[in-house]
Amino acid sequence: MKIDKKTKSNLITYGIVVAAFILFTALASTGNLSSHMKGLLVPMTYYAVIAVALNLCVGILGELSIGHCGFMCIGAFTSAFFSKATAEILPSGIRFFLAFLIGIAFAALFGFLIGIPVLRLKGDYLAIVTLAFGEIIKNILNAFYIGLDKSGIHFSLKNAMELGLDESGEVIVNGAMGITGTPHDSTFTIGIVVLLISLFVVLNLINSRDGRAIMAIRDNYIAAESTGINVTGYKMMAFTISAAIAGAAGVLFSHNITTLTATSQYFGYNASIMILVYVVLGGIGNIRGSVIAACILYLLPELLRGFSNYRMLIYSIVLIVMMIVNWSPKIIEWRKRTLGKFDFRKNSGKEIA
Amino acid sequence: MKKFSKVISALMASVLVASALVGCTDAASTETTDSQAQSAQESQGSADNGATFKIGAIGPLTGGAAAYGNAVCNAAELAVEDINAAGGINGYKVEYSKEDDELNAEKSVNAYNTLKDWGMQILVGSTTSACSIAVSEYTKADNMFQLTPSGSAVDCVKYDNVFRVCFSDPNQGIASAQYISDHNLATKVGIIYDSSDVYSTGIYQKFVDESAGKNYEIVSQEAFTADNATDFSVQLQKAKDAGADLVFLPIYYQAASLILTQANTMGYAPTFFGVDGMDGILTVENFDTKLAEGVMLLTPFAADAKDDLTVNFVKKYEEKYGETPNQFAADAYDAVFIIKQAIEAKNATPDMSISDLGDALKGAMTEIEASGLTSSKMTWDASGEPNKEPKAVVIKDGAYVSAE
Amino acid sequence: MSFLTYLINGLSLGSIYAIIALGYTMVYGIAKMLNFAHGDFIMVGCYIIFSVSAALSGNSLVGIILAVILCTLLGITTEFVAYRPLRGAASPLAVLITAIGVSYFLENVALLIFGADIKSFTSVIKWEGLSFAGGALKIQGVTVVTIVISVVILIALQLFINKTKQGQAMLAVAEDKGAATLMGINVNKTIMLTFAIGSALAAVAGALLCSAYPSLSPYTGAMPGIKAFVAAVLGGIGSIPGAMIGGLVLGIVEILSKTYISSQLSDAIVFGILVVVLLVKPTGILGKVIQEKV
Repeated sequence: MKIDKKTKSNLITYGIVVAAFILFTALASTGNLSSHMKGLLVPMTYYAVIAVALNLCVGILGELSIGHCGFMCIGAFTSAFFSKATAEILPSGIRFFLAFLIGIAFAALFGFLIGIPVLRLKGDYLAIVTLAFGEIIKNILNAFYIGLDKSGIHFSLKNAMELGLDESGEVIVNGAMGITGTPHDSTFTIGIVVLLISLFVVLNLINSRDGRAIMAIRDNYIAAESTGINVTGYKMMAFTISAAIAGAAGVLFSHNITTLTATSQYFGYNASIMILVYVVLGGIGNIRGSVIAACILYLLPELLRGFSNYRMLIYSIVLIVMMIVNWSPKIIEWRKRTLGKFDFRKNSGKEIA
Repeated sequence: MKKFSKVISALMASVLVASALVGCTDAASTETTDSQAQSAQESQGSADNGATFKIGAIGPLTGGAAAYGNAVCNAAELAVEDINAAGGINGYKVEYSKEDDELNAEKSVNAYNTLKDWGMQILVGSTTSACSIAVSEYTKADNMFQLTPSGSAVDCVKYDNVFRVCFSDPNQGIASAQYISDHNLATKVGIIYDSSDVYSTGIYQKFVDESAGKNYEIVSQEAFTADNATDFSVQLQKAKDAGADLVFLPIYYQAASLILTQANTMGYAPTFFGVDGMDGILTVENFDTKLAEGVMLLTPFAADAKDDLTVNFVKKYEEKYGETPNQFAADAYDAVFIIKQAIEAKNATPDMSISDLGDALKGAMTEIEASGLTSSKMTWDASGEPNKEPKAVVIKDGAYVSAE
Repeated sequence: MSFLTYLINGLSLGSIYAIIALGYTMVYGIAKMLNFAHGDFIMVGCYIIFSVSAALSGNSLVGIILAVILCTLLGITTEFVAYRPLRGAASPLAVLITAIGVSYFLENVALLIFGADIKSFTSVIKWEGLSFAGGALKIQGVTVVTIVISVVILIALQLFINKTKQGQAMLAVAEDKGAATLMGINVNKTIMLTFAIGSALAAVAGALLCSAYPSLSPYTGAMPGIKAFVAAVLGGIGSIPGAMIGGLVLGIVEILSKTYISSQLSDAIVFGILVVVLLVKPTGILGKVIQEKV
């Protein structure tokens, strides 16, 4: 049997993820992994997942979104709401699985609804509208109050007092205080499984007929349209799938940290831009790159903790330097020229330095 | 050429992954796992008397909330230095380390894990509520003693191993409503609060709840958000139009300083009533303290109090960090001394395991009566809430004066 | 009457957004890059004015001049070190990410130098402002000054771009870098000049921002920067009058929605209106009407 190039490349991607999983699990079970590193494993998986989602939107669909954390936010809140509301009724395994379905479904629904107006725009205008939707989602969730008591679900957009709960009532979504006490269900294994599924969905999409249509739209939308490709339909499809995967990342997120608040540091434009940094540094359209870049860039500020107050300063400098080294046309040219003359050993030495 | 660049990128990627892994294994080998760390400490503790208590602190040291995190971490550091200078706790020295959480619950957990790898036995933190709640999930699992100086949300102390130094949010809301009513401060009250902030909405909700049936009426309730915290003209104008003679500000001093400035510009001069987050307003560099004239606040700490403890603390803090300490700093300084007192009460030693130490300190907390910067008498019950009296102060001639 | 008061408040806020958006749109329109660090240039300008004023016991004029000079130098340096190497990169997103890196860098340097605690900024405008209807309606001095300066900058930029050689070169570079090079225009120099002007405007905007809202921290510039970006897009990318109009509209909408709809949901409403405007006019308010591009 002959494996074609693309399949091979995809297998390498899965292989890297699986190898990383085995390696870290082995390290953890033999006691060679510090608590700090152990704590970083789950976040790494969901940042990798959302980087894959954003790369589908930015790299494959070719539309810049700076509000993707909004979808993550929706996935996180809907699933955490479900898990908290049913915490006593359902066993944890089924509950978490249903939470995934709910988080993904809602994120996809919002992706679809938001996609309708957003995808009519182009370029920076589109980017700013995604930013706007991200901020709108965040702002509305901050004013969202949902309570549960014997008579059912109560809802308010003003404050918790307006819910009018009776004594048995419990406020589940408490405005800016968000949801606290979501069961801690996310594990590294589940994170890896979700990452593999997301990769599987995205990589298969790219290599399918639909994916080729989407990329044709990205490369030249008029040409694509004239060959009979349903431009709007495919754009919506890619955007919705991307939102759904971001929702899955949100589910992992909310079930890893027991407090969930809709604040800027998790779901604001700054957070969305951080994900964009992962995507761009990993290579636009390069799904494997996104996964690797997300892990490295998430790890970097953590590994720099030793520098104490200078940590974020060093991080910013590293970021600028990495961007220039990876993207500057002159440096790419220079790299090709100088490295081409030497053998591989020197290359790898160079890369390490 | 194309193939070559692919090889390069693959190489780069693998090198990066490898270096990341090297980083991990490095971390693992040098820092060792928690179980190893514990046993290592135990053996060390019994082997020589150079054993130390390891206290860690967590707070936002970078980002928009860095002012609070730095206050907590600096003051805790100062307290540890003071304790060591005076001979330590039961003769054991104290080691101290702080970690940044960027006001992010997830990073706060990372910070906690980093400190655990360092060997932390007792946690002072996290500085902010959401982070503190997230971390308490983990301290609970490790049964580590956690004393949050400033995590004021109700849920911060929901586990039995977590106690706090500051007042809880509902507590402040109730106390404020009570105080305004008891002293007939107002007939019409306006509220300006931060609807994107846990602390602010917590106090606001309880205040509104508690105001039902009081001798004043709430005439305007206006919000702002963290993304929209520069222009307060609308909120102030609405309070003014509604005839509010007192404006309740359950917010931090940064936003409050802007509100006072803008109220002054528009010629609106109600009584402003704040809570402990307002403390610090007089120390904002270059702030015209005349604007804060007549502002009332409930705060456990006043940097210009004349008792020896405060004077000493403020002097040392200013010398070391070049800033005047605020209520966050005071809470953290107290926290470390409360830990000291609790350890001494149980004669705990550094060679105890984290969990044993946690049990000992939990027991001690409900027995001790502490005295510090933020109150001359603090006791705790098992719920983790402190019992102490909020002090009402009013700002006169740029200084706090007791409002009683 | 109260409506007029709110409208004036909206105008004050809008004028600040407008003056920041003017600087933003300079760089945005010509270099075709989202300079996320623009807000942080503003913050740097504010700290310079603050420090100089403190050192010279309140003389803010020297501070402003120094801030303009230093911000210009900072802009040129940043462009040279961080942005120029990425000109012609395979994706325009590369330079956007670098701009974010620069933004983090400036914020963290300010954090290390000045500390995290806020500082209260003394207004550089000492004038009380205008008063109408027996004092019932007041327009703050800083608002009047901001609007006047914005209009002056607007006219000056329009004249500069349309009447001078360098301005024409900017237009050419904005239109087509390759063709501009062939026409003998030094693209690097032109873009550097754009950054110099944009950064100088950031310093001026900073002085006015902090005079109107006198609270200064390392993160002071971030949110106004993003709002100004929104204003620039709302007005139409690359259009200088569009940036001005976009800023004013944004400010007024923000205040009125806070007043009449909900102060809790005002962010959502403002962004909601932005979405609606862009759906009706997909290239912003003045995006198509004004043909010239900065």
